[in-house]
Amino acid sequence: MAWAQFRLERRLFWRSPTAAFFNFVLPLLLLVLVASVFSSDAKELDVLVPGIAGMSVMATTFNALAFNLTALRELGILKRVQGTPMPAASYLAGLLGSAVANAFVQIALVVVIGHLAYGVDWPHNWAALAGFTALGVTCFGSLGIAFSHAIPSSDAAPAYVNAVFLPVIFISGVFYSSDDLPAFLDGVARALPLKHVIDGLSGAIVGGSVDMAGAAGVVVAWTALGVLLAVRGFRWE
Amino acid sequence: MAALAIEVSDLHKSYGPLDAVRGVSFTVERGEVFGLLGPNGAGKTTTVEILEGYRHRSRGDVRVLGHDPERRERRWQERIGIVLQSCGFHPMITVREAVEHFGKAYPSPRDPRETIELVGLEGKAGARTKELSGGQRRRLDLALALVGDPELIFLDEPTTGFDPAARRTAWAVIRRLKELGKTVLLTTHYLDEAQSLSDRVAIIKDGAIVAEGPPGELGAERPRYRVSYTANGKRVEHETEDPTELLHRLTGEALARGLRLEGLQVSRPTLEDVYLQLTTEDERA
Repeated sequence: MAWAQFRLERRLFWRSPTAAFFNFVLPLLLLVLVASVFSSDAKELDVLVPGIAGMSVMATTFNALAFNLTALRELGILKRVQGTPMPAASYLAGLLGSAVANAFVQIALVVVIGHLAYGVDWPHNWAALAGFTALGVTCFGSLGIAFSHAIPSSDAAPAYVNAVFLPVIFISGVFYSSDDLPAFLDGVARALPLKHVIDGLSGAIVGGSVDMAGAAGVVVAWTALGVLLAVRGFRWE
Repeated sequence: MAALAIEVSDLHKSYGPLDAVRGVSFTVERGEVFGLLGPNGAGKTTTVEILEGYRHRSRGDVRVLGHDPERRERRWQERIGIVLQSCGFHPMITVREAVEHFGKAYPSPRDPRETIELVGLEGKAGARTKELSGGQRRRLDLALALVGDPELIFLDEPTTGFDPAARRTAWAVIRRLKELGKTVLLTTHYLDEAQSLSDRVAIIKDGAIVAEGPPGELGAERPRYRVSYTANGKRVEHETEDPTELLHRLTGEALARGLRLEGLQVSRPTLEDVYLQLTTEDERA
């Protein structure tokens, strides 16, 4: 049933061109624009490619699921599903799976474009890249579901989501190295998961001295919180 | 198999200080179409949503197909079909995809094509739901409730917003369900709908049932017949339990005086009369 739901979600996803645009084209556009400005500097690109990859993980899971679940709740689709024998876990797994598929496609696009267009090396450790992507999508997916409970309506969803997304991507080192941040903002970024997802992706793509275990630990802790809140606060209507 | 599809006894539901349902009891037999009538806010939907497993009751006992709906067992959910009052679709999904997809949740679903034909949407099977009219969306609601081939179907105001022709079509579908031996719990505020479809109805008001019985016999404790005619340009009305005796007396007197009883009419109160009488008593008192 989860598989059937996943396949349906994939088909429906491609029928909404604007959703596809925001999922795939916007992060790539940012990559191309920012990279074009700094293209002379290989060091900047080594920050930017993992940064955009991390941002993509958050956008395709956290943002997409917070929007989707709010809309599904408001349309009464969740309530309809609740009245059928379809297990809630299968239904949510189908939705989450679809978001995860988008995240993996997006990461692949970022890595391939980074390599072909800007000469960034192929990822240093493919297994770590897949592993950190998986950790990141689980974390942001669960947080997205949890966050949808706090969003009152579809109209309010973009404001709620962007109020979290935009500040987080700015302080987490998506576009520039976060080492130069004021200590206070750096502290905030370190407490949140995106910076650690980006660190992990950076370790996998670029290599270098990254505390992979420490980064994974913070992401796992946020995942636990996300799952707890997603399940506890779940509202069908 | 138990003979009763639904048993409700002394059901109560409060939302904070508000008592939405206060002591509702009724039973629905298998194969019966049972109508729940009442003004908006009377507690119809709250009652039905408790039976469907959406809400927890505050007090009382409820059995639906022999199960407690609060437990929401999957095996039980496979045996019921639900048409909610308002409930959407993914705008991009087509009618056929929706019916096929929801069918997958049930162990022995109906054929999706046949289900779409049953509700009269065969001309729209390939259309996306955002292209459907209000009445067509409602018919898709019905198709999704029927695709699992349930024994018991809840219909919460299934024809609201339908034009008269579409309502007749929906009524034909509901009659067909009865022929197939299904049990139907129908809420509606269209009295002709309840009268024409239901084997029995209950009228609910302020969270309690004020009358229950076959639609033709409802309000039996009140005068059953109304006899009216025009005399000297004025309409005269009598209410009586025994129209035979009254008519004999009236016609006898008229004949003796050489008068005609213009526009003589004998009528029984319709469900609508009973309903209005019962649900507006407070305002008239």
